[in-house]
Order: sequence, then C-alpha cells, then structure tokens
Amino acid sequence: MTTTLKAVDAVLVGFGWTGAIMGQQLCDAGLEVVALERGPWRDTSTDFATGFAQDELRYMWRHHLFQNVSYDTLTVRNNTAQNALPIRRLGAFLLGTGVGSGGVHWNGQIWRFLPSDFQAKSHNQQRYGKKAVTDYDLSIQDWGVTYEELEPHYDQFDQLCGTSGKAGNLNGAIQPGGNPFEGPRSREYPTPPMIQTYAPTLFGQEAASLGRHPFPHPTGNLSESYVNPLGAQLGACTYCGFCEKFGCGNYSKASPQTTVLPYLMRKPNFSLRTECEVLRVELTADRKRATGVTYVNSAGEEFFQPAELVILSAYVLQNVRLMLLSGIGRPYDPVSGEGVVGRNYAYQTMSSVNVFFDDKILNPFIGAGALATVIDDFNGDNFDHSGLGFIGGAYVAGMVTGGRPIEMIYTPEGTPAWGLDWKHAAAKNYLKSFSISVHGSCMSHRGNYLDLDPTYRDVYGRPMLRMTFDFTGNEHRMSDYVTDRAAEVARAMNPREIKLNRRVGSFSVVPYQTTHNTGGAIMGENPRDSVVNKFLQCWDVPNVFSLGSGAFPQNAGYNPTGTVAALTYHAAREITTRYLRAPGPLVQT
Amino acid sequence: MLTILAHPAGALAPAGILSGTISDATPNAEQLRRGQYLVAAGDCLSCHTRAGGEALAGGLALSTPFGLIYTANLTPDKQTGIGSWTEQQFYRAMHEGVDDQGINLYPAFPYPWFQLTSRADDDAIFAFLKSTPPVAYTPPADALPFPMNFRIVVKVWNLLFLDTAAFRADSSQSAEWNRGAYLVNGLGHCGDCHTPKNFLGGDKSHQAFHGARLGDWVAPDLTSNERTGLGSWSVNEVAEYLQNGRNVHAGAGGPMAEVITYSTSLLTDADRHAIAVYLKSQVAAPSTASGAPDIGTMRRGAAIYVDACSSCHLDDGVGQPRVFPPLGRNAMVQQGDATAVEHVILAGSRIGTSALRTTPLTMPSFAWKLSDADIAAVSTYIRNSWGNQAAAVTAAEVHDLRKALHLDADRLTANSGDRL
Repeated sequence: MTTTLKAVDAVLVGFGWTGAIMGQQLCDAGLEVVALERGPWRDTSTDFATGFAQDELRYMWRHHLFQNVSYDTLTVRNNTAQNALPIRRLGAFLLGTGVGSGGVHWNGQIWRFLPSDFQAKSHNQQRYGKKAVTDYDLSIQDWGVTYEELEPHYDQFDQLCGTSGKAGNLNGAIQPGGNPFEGPRSREYPTPPMIQTYAPTLFGQEAASLGRHPFPHPTGNLSESYVNPLGAQLGACTYCGFCEKFGCGNYSKASPQTTVLPYLMRKPNFSLRTECEVLRVELTADRKRATGVTYVNSAGEEFFQPAELVILSAYVLQNVRLMLLSGIGRPYDPVSGEGVVGRNYAYQTMSSVNVFFDDKILNPFIGAGALATVIDDFNGDNFDHSGLGFIGGAYVAGMVTGGRPIEMIYTPEGTPAWGLDWKHAAAKNYLKSFSISVHGSCMSHRGNYLDLDPTYRDVYGRPMLRMTFDFTGNEHRMSDYVTDRAAEVARAMNPREIKLNRRVGSFSVVPYQTTHNTGGAIMGENPRDSVVNKFLQCWDVPNVFSLGSGAFPQNAGYNPTGTVAALTYHAAREITTRYLRAPGPLVQT
Repeated sequence: MLTILAHPAGALAPAGILSGTISDATPNAEQLRRGQYLVAAGDCLSCHTRAGGEALAGGLALSTPFGLIYTANLTPDKQTGIGSWTEQQFYRAMHEGVDDQGINLYPAFPYPWFQLTSRADDDAIFAFLKSTPPVAYTPPADALPFPMNFRIVVKVWNLLFLDTAAFRADSSQSAEWNRGAYLVNGLGHCGDCHTPKNFLGGDKSHQAFHGARLGDWVAPDLTSNERTGLGSWSVNEVAEYLQNGRNVHAGAGGPMAEVITYSTSLLTDADRHAIAVYLKSQVAAPSTASGAPDIGTMRRGAAIYVDACSSCHLDDGVGQPRVFPPLGRNAMVQQGDATAVEHVILAGSRIGTSALRTTPLTMPSFAWKLSDADIAAVSTYIRNSWGNQAAAVTAAEVHDLRKALHLDADRLTANSGDRL
C-alpha cells in the first residue's frame, strides 16, 4: 500500500552536492522543499571524526561510505557483443551514498572546464576540420551553454567552498603563478594555494625548465580557515593525506556537510528524509508532467510524495536509470542512433607515471586530496593537435594525495605484487617515490551508452542500469601522448627510475581509476540530441530537472565537480527567477 | 524512515518561533515583537522545549540536586498550557513564583531572577506566548523525594532567598552597564548557572559569577580573573562569543550552546555589548593554587595529546581561533573543577550556532578510545601546559563521570559518543 503524503513545492531525489546546493537555492526562494536520500545521515563528529577518519581498511578497502552493491549495483560490458554482468565489488569507480554522498569522500579537486571544452564539436571542427570530430564514431557535441554564462556560477561554488588556489587569468589578464590557459575569472580564489611539499615542488621546477606552465592545484582542502557566504566554517587542512575515499574529520575539506548543511538544516521550509529510496518519478498519462515521486523507506513502506517540481539530484547513473524506469524521454538506441536517454555516456582516461629517487626523501604521508603542482599545457585544446590523431587532452599533476600504507606504496617495474621482494621494494621506495597523474578527457562515442539491463534486477525488482563502455582509439592516442609528456617531466627530475602506467586495452571495472562518470542525460541545444536544455530542464517533462555530470555531452580533462556545481547554480537561478513565475519550458523548441 | 526536521545538531531550528517576522498588520505587533525578543533574552526555549517536542510546549526534565522537575507547557493551550492565565497571574509567576492557582513553583523556574523584569516587559512576554501555536501536552509529574514534594518548603525557601526588590539602576554606572545588569540579573538569569549555590540551592551571593558545577558540566567563572574568568577577554570578544558561540578564545559547548542558539545570538548588538560591559566589571574571583603536576603524568598526557588532540588543536595547543579553540591560556580548561574538560573529552561537544556562524563545530567523543587514566593524564597535561595552571585530574573522577554520562551504553555509530 502506498501512502500519499502532503504535497510540497519541490522534491529532491538524492542529497549530495547538487541536492544540497539546489535545496539551499530553492529554500531561499521560499519553496517548501523535501529531500529524499537513500542512504543514512552523515556528520563529521559521528561518522568520520578525527579519532578514526584515517582508517584505511574501514573506508577504502571495506567501502564504509560507498554504495552497498549487494542491494543495488549496475551491469557492465565493453560492447554490445558482450553479456553485461553485475559489478559485485566496486573497483574502477566508487559510488557514493548517504547524505553528502561523493561530496563526503572526494579529493576536493576544484576545476573549471576550458571555454573551448563547452564547444567541443564546433571548436575542434573549425580548427582541425570535420574529420577530427567524426572519426572513430565520436558523437561529441556542443553543450548549449558557454563558459561565460557559467563563470558567475563557478565563482559561486568557489565562494561556497573557499577554494584555495592562484588565479591564472583575471578578467582576461594573465597572472603569474596561476594557470595561464584557464578561462577568465571574475576574481581571485577566496583563499591562497596550499603549501606545496617537496615532490610537487620538484615537479613544478622541472616542468618550468621544460617550458611548461606549472601552478598549484585549485583545492577544496583549505589552506586557511574560512567562513562562506552561508556562515558555514571550514578549518585549515592539516595535510593528513586521507581525503579521497574518506570523510574529513577536521572540517577542512569542502563538502555539503561543511559548506551548505549548517545553513540549510536551519531552514524551517526544508526537510530531509534519509534512508528513503526513490523507485520512480510519477508522470501524468500524457507523460508531459511529473506529479511527484514514489519512494520506499528502510522499513519497506511505500510513499507517494506529490511535488510541483521534481529535481533529480542523485548520481549520474541513478538519474539516468530513474528516467529510464519512469519513462522520461526516449531511450537511446545505439543501432539506429536515435533516442537520447543513456546516450553519450563517457568517463575519464587516467594514466600515471611513478617516479623513484635514491637521494630524495619526499615524505608522502604529508598529503592532501588536491596537493599538487599541475601543468595544463596538454589539456583540452591548449596545444596544437594537428597530425596527432586525437582531440582532447589531460592535465599532468605532480600530486601527493597521501601516503596511505595499503593503497599508496609505489614499487618499480618488475617488482612482484607480494612476498619478500615486494616488502623490500616497498620499504626502500615508500619515502622516495611519488606519482604524476595524467587526468585525461573522454570523448563520447556512439557505442558507449547506458540502458536498462534485461536480466539483472535490484532488491526492489527494478532492472539494473547497464553500462556499455570502452575506451576508443581517440582516448588511447590522447592518453599515450600526454603520458609521454608527463614522462619527460619525470625524467627531468633526474630520478633513479620511472614507471609508466599507461591506459592500455579495454575498460575494466577492477582497478580503481576515478569516479567521474558522465553523460546519459546530456544537455544540448535541441531535444533531438539531448535530454535536458541548458538549464538542465527535461525537454519532454518540463517540471523535471536532471542535475549532475549526466548533463556532460562528453567529458573534459578535468575533475567534474566544479562544473557540476556551476551547472546546478545556473539551473537554480533560472528556476528561481523565471520558472517559478511561469512554470513551463525555459527554452522554446 | 527518519525525518530530520530539526537541526541534527540536536537543536531545533530557532528560525521558526524566535526569528519569525511579526508583520505590521498583526494587532499589537509592537508588543508582540518586544515579547518575542524578551523570550529570546530569557532563553525560555532551552528549557521549555523537550527533545523532539514543539517549541515552548515544555516537558524537558531538569535534573536538580533535589530531584527531577519537568518544565511547563508555555503555549496558550487552555487545558495544558497557559491559555487561561491572565496577565496578572503571569506577572505573579514571574515575580513571586506562584502559578495561576497560587501554588508555589519550584525555583528551577528562575523567578528569583525574573522578578527583576519590569511589568511592561512581563506583559509583552505574556502577549507573545499567547500568540504562539497552542499545543495540547501535559508534561510528566515531577519526581521529587520527601520533603521536596511538598510545595510549602518553597515558601520557606522564598523567605530565605527570594529578593523581591525591583531593579534599581546604579547611578554611578553608565546606562549601558545598567542595561547589562538588568539583562544579566533579570531575564538572562546568568547567575542561575554561573553563581555557586549553597546546600539549599540558594545563591552564594558573595561569590556571584565565580563559576559552579552544573550537573555533569561546569558553568565557568565569569569574573575578571585572568586565568579562569573573562579577565583576558575584551568587551568585544565577550559580545562576539555571545553572538556566534565562538571567538578567538573559546567555543560555547554544553548547555551554553543552547543559550547561544536560543538566546544571545538573537539579541541586538547593543544588548550583547551591554551584557559584556556588565560582566567585564565583575571583580575577579580569587585564584586557587595548585601543586605542580606529576612529571610522568605530564609526559603520558603529552603523548596522548599528540595522538588524539593535535589534529585540531595543533602543536602547542594553539588551535585555529574561531574554529578549534586554542587550549593555552584557556579559561574553561583551567576551571578549578575539571568536570567540563573531562566531559568534553568523554562525550564530545557541539557548539552553539547563529545566523552568521551556522556550523555547529563539534568535538567528537573519545570515550571509546581513551581510558580513564588516559583522559586524566591528557586533562592534567592540557591544564598545566602553554601557560595553563590547574589541579591534576584523577582517573577516579573520570571513571565516575563516564558512568554518570552512561557512555558504556550502545552508540548511534560504533565510534560515536551519541547515545541511541
């Protein structure tokens, strides 16, 4: 039996970064907002306090904060010729759950995409010709929104987080010490960059000697204490090196808990229901309007929550799945190329170079999620791709996110994976090695997509999401090219040896790469090739908005959170200023 | 399903009843606004709202040395609240400590302080309370042992301790000082916690604001003592603390967190400044001497400090001002009674919030991690380092407090101090 609840103005499905930001914006506009989160309440002092936050076994290896795949998972295959099988242990990406979700256990790497990233198709086509963007069945397209439109909202997120960094481009003027390739910023970062430790410093020196343009990684691990515009406070980071996969016990990593919740939870027009999983969005018979959502609580009781606005603010994979389960938009068909929901799923193309010294003690246990010196010379279209056979790029970062004893011990080429020889190599190299990260873009491809699995179902009997994905020639060429550039910097540091960890072969769900899944509910200029408009509003059901990286038509060579947040603020501004006055499509077709 | 309507910090969102806007169209708007402000000044919500209950509906158990007393329903419900009270009856409650039937109220209700409040202020408070949503709720009966269960004893108590003199301005002091005195000794009832009590629960009035044990906590010294009181705080720093629950010296945890959230954060800058001026004029309480702590204990405490405390309070106890309190020259750390230090380490502590500082910064519980001896050693260490000086803490004291706080009961999460 389903209990129908009192109607509200807006219901948020999922309560991580996008849910928190949208909830705050809608509540400030006076709406009655209910957030539904499938996972538990999470708070600093009770769930990841300083006394136990740095527990690598509990959080990293036993997945304490991640989605429990015995209740719900997804199936994966590389191509349509294969049978997709369920992920029974998280690997390549670590799905979040609970209040704050991935915003709790991210590294805090805060990037803006390049202006040209938002015109991936037209820009590359203009510079390199039509073939560059249609080879290998690439299905990339422009976003329908520009960097200039998003700049004020990138700025809002920086002010929210207190991002630590050094601007490289202030209103068009290139600034020494920052990233000269970035789009123009309207103002300097709220807090100065983190102090760079030895390894990132060496990386920066040698990168500069090769003519590259090093700068400190912009970070949500704060360099000093900060009070944001919502009155929420962050402390200065202590460089403990437990960010990614961990919650921060020191209030020094920007997260929904540290930046939005203290303000939002005081609002009388906001309520949060935890351990409530939304099963589907309910639509009117003509499928042109959502009436609310049906959810089930942890006691197994089912509820219908009527709402004027339905905001899909879960992770990209859940948002796309909910649309497919609810009949919102037309599912993508990879054979005909028609349909949009699930189309243009993309990821991130990661590789790295390990550097081993004999004569330098790097103390990698002094780390932070975004403690790095970076070069952006080979990202996006910051360099000439003529004759290279690919588009896109990667940033290269001399990064020390930590020296976690199980996960982060680098051993040289040829070292066995266990046993006495491994122990000797680990002991010899732990203090004298670090890793250069190559964080690459991933273009979309007509064969990479998301749909519902025909075989496997979750505990509620709903079909699982099926991911069909593989890296393409474009991604491999890009990754190899930029990995070679990273190796040049590594060699210039004059180490004993280096080890190249190239991205080889097909995508595998086993080794951890990154939780940067994108696409499937992409934004665009018209309903023929996108699911949502530039304000993340569903073309087909205008009172449903789908937030998050699902909107990315392809993925740039940067961490997605900054852009996810900027798109959320951009959508929120349009909802609160235009949509509430005249509910209906915000972009006419 | 868990619906979190209130701040999970355990505090109700104060926005509703205390900061809701009263429109000009409301009859009597001026007086209602004044009443709303004075309800904040009197910190009525902290006691008259039980966990998970409606604002002002009462039912919170106050644990007094004489037994359990449940707070009354102040909403205008006719049967269970004050809906049928008259202005005159309310005035008598505030001034003589008797209810609408003329029956004596226990002085857990701070009428010995409230009697200083002017008639006009009382009437405004009453008008505001009458305008709040009525809630039908009868608090549980008090659980007081003989002879305290006979209200007649309160009459005797009143004869001994109730000063019924109206507020008299001190013409030798500024108007601001007098405003501070009116708030501190009247509605603010600061001395209710911060002034030591005799065995009958009356104020030791010659030790006003010297600080006192308060159940499982300590209300610290508010005099000008440089080590244990407000001597090293400026007037503005006191005002900032009252506004935001945090300043460069300290964060407001324990019962003071609620005072910040429901009362002082909602006052005007002028009133907070007046309170600070008055408090800063208090003559310093005498310092108590303490012997040098045992070297072995100090070494042990230092090692525990590095392991357990330094990630927030940093090396040398410097902290991060306004975020994690500095521990050196910290008044709370140096109170003669170390209960608050032990309490914070055992159970953790969450600080009060304001509209300007919304984060309820929280120290986690260390009860699961540190033994009684560990806590005694680290407490002794921080009480005698970085310019601090205070008596050593014994493991037996910590053991007793751990039992009193029921910290061996099941927890919300395996490592937390929150009780189920």
